[in-house]
Amino acid sequence: MSLAFILFFLCALLAVGGALALILSREPIHSALALILVMVSLAVLYLLLGAPFVAAVQVIVYAGAIMVLFVFVIMLLNMGAEEHTDFSKIAKFAGWPLALVLMLWIGYWLAHAQAGAAIGTGAAVEPASTPGLSTQLFRQYLFPFEATSVLILIALLGALVLARKEE
Amino acid sequence: MEFISQHPVLVASIIKIAVLLFIVMTALAYLTWAERKIIAHIQSRWGPYFVGAHGLLQPLADGLKFLFKEDITPPVTDRLVYTLAPFLALSLALSAIALIPFGPPSVPFPFLHGQQAWSITDINIGLLLVFAITSIGVYGVALAGWSSNSKYPLMGGLRSSAQMISYEVSLTMSVVGVVLLAGTLNFNEIINGPHGQSGYWWHFIPRWNVVPQIVGFLCYFTAAIAETNRIPFDLPEAETELVAGFHTEYSSFKFAMFFMAEYANMITVSCLATILFFGGWLSPFPDRWAWQIYLPGAGLVLLGIYCAYDTVTEMRGIARLQLAVVTALALGGGLLCLIPAVAGVIQGPFWFTTKILIILFFYIWMRGTLPRFRYDQLMSFGWKLLLPVSLANLVITAFVMIWPWLRHG
Repeated sequence: MSLAFILFFLCALLAVGGALALILSREPIHSALALILVMVSLAVLYLLLGAPFVAAVQVIVYAGAIMVLFVFVIMLLNMGAEEHTDFSKIAKFAGWPLALVLMLWIGYWLAHAQAGAAIGTGAAVEPASTPGLSTQLFRQYLFPFEATSVLILIALLGALVLARKEE
Repeated sequence: MEFISQHPVLVASIIKIAVLLFIVMTALAYLTWAERKIIAHIQSRWGPYFVGAHGLLQPLADGLKFLFKEDITPPVTDRLVYTLAPFLALSLALSAIALIPFGPPSVPFPFLHGQQAWSITDINIGLLLVFAITSIGVYGVALAGWSSNSKYPLMGGLRSSAQMISYEVSLTMSVVGVVLLAGTLNFNEIINGPHGQSGYWWHFIPRWNVVPQIVGFLCYFTAAIAETNRIPFDLPEAETELVAGFHTEYSSFKFAMFFMAEYANMITVSCLATILFFGGWLSPFPDRWAWQIYLPGAGLVLLGIYCAYDTVTEMRGIARLQLAVVTALALGGGLLCLIPAVAGVIQGPFWFTTKILIILFFYIWMRGTLPRFRYDQLMSFGWKLLLPVSLANLVITAFVMIWPWLRHG
């Protein structure tokens, strides 16, 4: 067993465990912490797949910026434990069958995928270079990139307008 | 033995991590001593003087005191997060230091083929990874403030997370100029790559990034002080307003961990400043001055001679014995460093450490000099002055890079 192999299963386990904890925990701040755990373990998985830049950006943007804001808001509102509500009727009747279908679908594709194709070969994969990535991003994909950034800016302005107090 | 030869990376890394951890922990302890001493002398006091000669054993006494104090956990806290926060703060602060190269990659690790002696890793995105680790560092402080379930820690935690988010933007922006100049995110290449910092302008000014990026450096240093919550930006733990800020409810070793994390962060940002703006492990003198390899040894011998003088004239009783040990260590180490083979190997770490110590001295000097900002001043300074200036620096650097005729005038 190679080190990359062990690392993969460790991080996969952490990611899945974190996702479960995120849904199941009552305290909002515990959920936020679990989400951070998921994101950091995903970053390690990116690293194993030979994408160090994406891994670092994943940690900086998601764990270091967005989740800090989440935690900040939770702290600011000083939220307590969530209260348990009844499931909605749609969830009762459509939820379980849909979840089952989804699981079967994923299972089907997993069974037909080439087993172990990209797992545990972290060192063999050519790491994507940062200059190569940025050249592609700013030449070939310039328009989608800029469009996305404008979209985010619009969302930001929209949030500002909605949150502003009426005078 | 077979295992060692089969896994050179693993073995070399574990040895280097253990040694680095030991050195960093010792450095943290003596950084507190140096801070107390320097602040004391700035304020015309003596500082620690009685535990060991010149208070040299004070860090040890402090550490033991922290270990044996009662560890009180207030009953209303969120137990899990309360315990997690100091561990998070310290482990993240320490792991960022693991990415720093302390010497040139050309120095080999003894007995293991193909390993470097002076850095644990040499990865292409070193700079990004350091920023990734420091950006998660906010959680230690924020979670400590929240989980204490008490007024002042919550205020401290909120303040510090707001401050760290704000200044992190300027911190990142201010170093992008250096990345543009170097064309890489690898630390060793930023120092000594094709667009690195070796060589001289007009044969005597070292080609360090601090010269073209002086604005970037000032922005970086200001943001770094705010990022590490030091005076004049230490509002999260402003004792006149918030008792002790986010670590008010912490005691014993958990408090010590926050304390150590703060000093480890100081060392990390000083290392980054050295690498990015002051040529890292490069010597400030040209290569043709062959005598410079004897500087580390000569410096230690001079220190030893001073200590010997002090031992004989000033010290009495047990303090004299303690300082005699320090003298022997300094003289012995100095003579060892004067052997040409040893002197050649330790050049990189010597210059690196010297530069870091100078930056750390500036840090402490500032604490002895400046008053604290008000909170609204802090926020408007960060967003309305620091961020625009570092953005302008970035844009101007980019223009100069694109149009070379601007560079040659």
